[in-house]
Amino acid sequence: MGHFIDRLTYFSKIDGKFADGHGIVTEEDRGWERSYRGRWAHDKIVRSTHGVNCTGSCSWKIYVKNGLVTWETQQTDYPRTRPDMPNHEPRGCSRGASYSWYLYSAARLKFPLIRSRLLKAWRAAKAKYPDPVEAWGSIVSNPKIANDYKKLRGLGGFVRGSWDEVNEIIASANIYTVKTYGPDRVVGFSPIPAMSMVSYAAGTRYLSLMGGTCLSFYDWYCDLPPSSPQIWGEQTDVPESADWFNSSYIIAWGSNVPQTRTPDAHFFTETRYKGTKTVSVTPDYSEVAKLTDIWLNPRQGTDSAMAMAMGHVVFKEYHLGKKSEYFEDYIRNYSDMPMLVMLEEKDGAFHPGRTLRASDFDDDLGIADNADWSPVIWDEHSKSIKSPNGTIGARWGAKGKWNLEAKDRASGKDIWAELSFIETHDDVVKVAFPYFGGVPHDQEIFAHTAHDDVQMRNVPVRKVKLKDGSTAYTTTVYDLTAANYAIDRGLGGGNVASSFDDDIPYTPAWQEKITGVDREKVIQVAREFAENADKTRGRSMVILGAAINHWYHMDMIYRGIINLLIMCGCIGKSGGGWAHYVGQEKLRPQTGWIPLAFATDWNRPPRQMNSTSFFYNHSDQWRYEKLHVDEILSPLADKKKWQDYSLIDCNVRSERMGWLPSSPQFNQNPLTFKAKAGDGDIKAWVTQQLVDGKLEFSCEDPDDPANFPRNLFVWRSNILGSSGKGHEYILKHLLGASNALMAEDIGVTGGAKPKEVKWHDKAVEGKLDLVVTLDFRLSTTAVYSDIVLPAATWYEKDDLNTSDMHPFIHPLSQAVEPAWESRSDWHIFKGLAKKFSELCPGHLGEETDLVSVPILHDTPGELGQPLDVKDWKKGECDPVPGKTMPGLVEITRNYPALYDMFTSVGPLMAKLGNGGKGIGWDTKDEIKLLGQLNHTVRKEGISKGQPKIESAIDACEVVLSLAPETNGEVAVKAWAALSEFTGRDHTHLARPKEDEKIRFRDVQAQPRKIISSPTWSGLEDEHVSYNAGYTNVHELIPWRTLTGRQQFYIDHEWMRDFGETLCVYKPPISTRSINSTIEDLGGSSKQIALNWITPHQKWGIHSTYSDNLLMLTMNRGGPIIWISEIDAKKIDVEDNDWIEVYNANGAISARAVVSQRVPEGMSMMYHAQEKTMNTPGNAITKQRGGIHNSVTRAVVKPTHMIGGYAQLAWGFNYYGTVGSNRDEFVIVRKAPKLDWMEEPYKEGQSINLDINQGVAK
Amino acid sequence: MSEFLNTFFFGIFPYIALASLFLGSLLRYDRDPYSWKADSSQLMSRKGLRLGSNLFHVGIILLFFGHLVGLLTPHAVYEPFITAGQKQLLAMTAGGIFGAMAFVGMVILIWRRTTNDRVRATTKFMDMFILLLLFVQLILGLLTIPESAKSTNGESMIALAEWAQHIVTFRGGAADFVAHEPMIFKLHIILGLTIFLIFPFTRLVHMFSAPIKYILRPGYQIVRKRG
Repeated sequence: MGHFIDRLTYFSKIDGKFADGHGIVTEEDRGWERSYRGRWAHDKIVRSTHGVNCTGSCSWKIYVKNGLVTWETQQTDYPRTRPDMPNHEPRGCSRGASYSWYLYSAARLKFPLIRSRLLKAWRAAKAKYPDPVEAWGSIVSNPKIANDYKKLRGLGGFVRGSWDEVNEIIASANIYTVKTYGPDRVVGFSPIPAMSMVSYAAGTRYLSLMGGTCLSFYDWYCDLPPSSPQIWGEQTDVPESADWFNSSYIIAWGSNVPQTRTPDAHFFTETRYKGTKTVSVTPDYSEVAKLTDIWLNPRQGTDSAMAMAMGHVVFKEYHLGKKSEYFEDYIRNYSDMPMLVMLEEKDGAFHPGRTLRASDFDDDLGIADNADWSPVIWDEHSKSIKSPNGTIGARWGAKGKWNLEAKDRASGKDIWAELSFIETHDDVVKVAFPYFGGVPHDQEIFAHTAHDDVQMRNVPVRKVKLKDGSTAYTTTVYDLTAANYAIDRGLGGGNVASSFDDDIPYTPAWQEKITGVDREKVIQVAREFAENADKTRGRSMVILGAAINHWYHMDMIYRGIINLLIMCGCIGKSGGGWAHYVGQEKLRPQTGWIPLAFATDWNRPPRQMNSTSFFYNHSDQWRYEKLHVDEILSPLADKKKWQDYSLIDCNVRSERMGWLPSSPQFNQNPLTFKAKAGDGDIKAWVTQQLVDGKLEFSCEDPDDPANFPRNLFVWRSNILGSSGKGHEYILKHLLGASNALMAEDIGVTGGAKPKEVKWHDKAVEGKLDLVVTLDFRLSTTAVYSDIVLPAATWYEKDDLNTSDMHPFIHPLSQAVEPAWESRSDWHIFKGLAKKFSELCPGHLGEETDLVSVPILHDTPGELGQPLDVKDWKKGECDPVPGKTMPGLVEITRNYPALYDMFTSVGPLMAKLGNGGKGIGWDTKDEIKLLGQLNHTVRKEGISKGQPKIESAIDACEVVLSLAPETNGEVAVKAWAALSEFTGRDHTHLARPKEDEKIRFRDVQAQPRKIISSPTWSGLEDEHVSYNAGYTNVHELIPWRTLTGRQQFYIDHEWMRDFGETLCVYKPPISTRSINSTIEDLGGSSKQIALNWITPHQKWGIHSTYSDNLLMLTMNRGGPIIWISEIDAKKIDVEDNDWIEVYNANGAISARAVVSQRVPEGMSMMYHAQEKTMNTPGNAITKQRGGIHNSVTRAVVKPTHMIGGYAQLAWGFNYYGTVGSNRDEFVIVRKAPKLDWMEEPYKEGQSINLDINQGVAK
Repeated sequence: MSEFLNTFFFGIFPYIALASLFLGSLLRYDRDPYSWKADSSQLMSRKGLRLGSNLFHVGIILLFFGHLVGLLTPHAVYEPFITAGQKQLLAMTAGGIFGAMAFVGMVILIWRRTTNDRVRATTKFMDMFILLLLFVQLILGLLTIPESAKSTNGESMIALAEWAQHIVTFRGGAADFVAHEPMIFKLHIILGLTIFLIFPFTRLVHMFSAPIKYILRPGYQIVRKRG
């Protein structure tokens, strides 16, 4: 019946009453309800996830209706845990739940976009030059035309392009660059492969086949904790979040679990119901502080002081006080505590030197190979010095002795390592320890104490006779550690504490002055932590994160905490250990993925570069360096040795010695070397040219046009809106775009110029010829690009996703076709590869490339210079590629066949096999399987007969088939390969899953738990949750370090010079971004200087979602900065006022959140709030306000440049300089007026504030 | 006005308009129930709405009922109490007051709809069209007041009422009653009928659903028995 007629029921409207007449029963029509039900009806549900850098890796149901994605909800079908544990599901958060908004929003990129001025120039050039490569050359070799489009980067001006045309432009630019400058000038940046590994691999495969450079991300993000490689030789390996439930004491130290680990936080709550005690350590009253039993709030950046004081308490009571046998056994077997350190006499005191090696003693202690690399212990059984199994020397020596059995490597006899010489010493000597906490900081919130910068403490020693007949004083790392913590052991001498109340570094009383935390609380937490670990055999855990890892001296903070964990036997134990959750997303099938990603199936090795050094160098941030090496040197170091070095000089030395990678590599095109070398050996020719100074490393003259990076690809990333430290420097020098840089360079300030780098008085602006960004949304990076390619969203492509927070691998799936003209990353790069190959003839054919490779970790090459540091350029040693300088590898590149190689699995897999982390295995079976799964190429050419990789699903199958984590057969092979090294059988760890082969459709059906593999140090099985170091402890597999054990002591010469052999407290550095010139820019407004803290967001995952309407609606809808009530009052700012924040590096405009959460002296801007969202102009710079990195600059640390030294050897995203940013200070003031800068660009308008000129005049 | 036009506009057109009004509304209510709404733009902007909308609605509702009662009440019913002249005077006064109210309200609403970006962006053609149509109709209505003032004996008024009453009671010859009335009245009537004609195609349908019953709703919890 019609709706109208249905309403004609005046006499029978109410059919009955209830609840005293408050309720009625009616006979009305209910048809209208259908529309509400229809709102939630859908045609299908597809499993996908969010390829976003949050580590969440949550599986989602994507609902599709009429071919459109309508919404998403959380999947709940993860495989179950165990009966005694809560399950993983549900996982997800408000951010992920808002993702579908993006697909059809105004923020979505729908068509290829290109800068109109570039397109006009291109069409004009094409009319003149029929060859597109020549056309591109005519544009970039004409500075007038090139600058015309470069200076408009960031200022709009996009027009719609067609795929054909933009592909042609990009491929032409790449070919021109490869041909003219070298393939290493084509550079790509994409982070965190684990979040969508095939999409990552698409770009890096294209680049690697070309010989282009892939930039690292983990170190650049400053999420890499250098302490992890230093101590464990491991990039990062952590417990899955379910393992929190196995813990009974958790400290959340600088990790805001509920806010930034939302899908995992339920385990944190659940374990509390079980009785676990929780402690939070955060300077602000954060969300995690509300969740825990105890809140400790040290002054930001001083956490290592508190960690050292806790270490003091634990070491004194539990080790020296003999309260725990468990701890003692643990450190004897699993740490370097019993290793012998040589003490060097200098100026009447002893300095801790390098570790003693077997090669120091007669007959090398019977060690036949790598005696130089075999540290030693004092064996209580034989009363003599022995080199145990498991050292790095054993790893790369004769097989079968690389394990943690307590055995002498030479004889195989049992040994018992002596921990301390306290009872058995020959003498007690004064040993000098550096102290860094006595230097006043230029910002008064960082307190210093009145203690000498050298602390003399008595240490028990043995005298031992060396090979050369001399007598050496030696002690154990244990005894040095006790002295370093300044614990009184009754050996006399000063600077040691007998009570926790003594004011001596590092007592709880001492730390009170620096951190502001009550000593009693520190002692209580330290004792509880240790007591729990002792009673539960290591079930004490520290969850830690960005808040403490983003400081310049983050390794000291981390090592302070890790020392505590090792001391308490927590590493490698269920429910215990080091849970570092920052940007560490785990690429579980890593070894299966590397051949796909870096094209090692066709060519080895790929060109990889550490981003921090790259951007520090090529965005000219070094030209503004205000931190001098002598400020961070140890008081024990020979200052003269370092007086000629600035930070960039250290980096150049490091690259030259083969420690860090270089890219671009040399100041000549590497494709020309073969012709130049003539008939001679190309490697010998290059080495000689370098010695003669005719060939130079690019890093020695980054402002020479020959050395510029020329083309930049950015995909799956928003580097300019998020991670780019020194944002304004990058805009100015790399992009030549409008910027707010206000710093004066060394040329203006008259500072000491670098010695190893050529200085040009005028800095270059706009080094990059072409910036191409792939994204699904118009991010800040896209805004600054020349060409923007519309990428498929996470609901429109097939890919794989993993995390270390849970043990599953699961997919991104194409729920709907990519909307408008968007394409998946795989599709886009495949298209580029095709165009590239088509345009090659006449420009590039089969070419010989020479790749320089740094000395890599987990290869025998990591045995570089064992005892000291020698620089061939200074004539201190011979240039030996791969030993004292980078390795040189000749590679033949078949450029016209690039597309054929891109779309097939190359022959090297079957020929050379596959592997990772130092072990290798055969892959013939898997390649055969792939040929059957994906079919083989029939077309004539280089790839004929090879397995195809046409679609993204084909690519997924390559990863899944080759990786031990997803192919049980490979896992068994991998464990067998490791067993050869250790001499112990580990294959039992994978045998039960040998027949398991996970395929793409399997993970689409349900997330699959991966298979245990030796690539990782934990186990995926039915009895334990994943925990890092588990196989080291339970299978006696050594850590991949010098000693094979967890290291308290790191003896490299540079570590000694910078005072970081043992963990010490180092205060934040002075970045000097505020000076009187800068302060004057604020005029008469009330200003205040605050520490600049940039935590992870609540309303976004980095910059993603920060421009999502749903998220913007849930917060204040634009850039905000938190400040304390006290500081706000000082500058007359009220909540929600517009404020301006600036320093020499740049400026920001945002609204103030005035909150009790924040302590005085600190400002917090949730990082990566897009500047495309509601950001007004800034009155000081007259430019639009920037992002959080507008006020930062990367400052590199020399100890991170160490290489060629066991665990301190470079690996991609494993070690290297990191982009720290929290030592920075900014000036804050109320915004005088608001200018939304909505007028169009006027030709000739100023694009920066040229303070250099202003001040010089 | 020619004989033919007069017959068409006042004899035939009223039935076309009324048919459209009732049948059209009925169809729309049945076929497209989700379009049955006031289409308020209050969500976009509240500025000027409180004064403008209230003035307009109070004015127009009272004008509407004034017309309804005035035109459809047979002369014989009110004659014992009030003379035609007095009634005309009353109509002119009340119409003047409420007309002025509605006029001010509409000026505010038109100004708001044309100058407020958010409101304008969501304005459909029909919204603007009906608003302007009502405005013109209101002005025409106001212009009838000086015309009426020329002769206050109530004859015109009675003629118009006769016409209306003949129309609604389906009596023939209705058009003859207004054949000699001034043009301004005729235009006002034609435009009024036009508004009836397009009524189902506009947001005016919300008039049928004014939530008056809500005030007297019988229960707080409703159980709908039908499956």
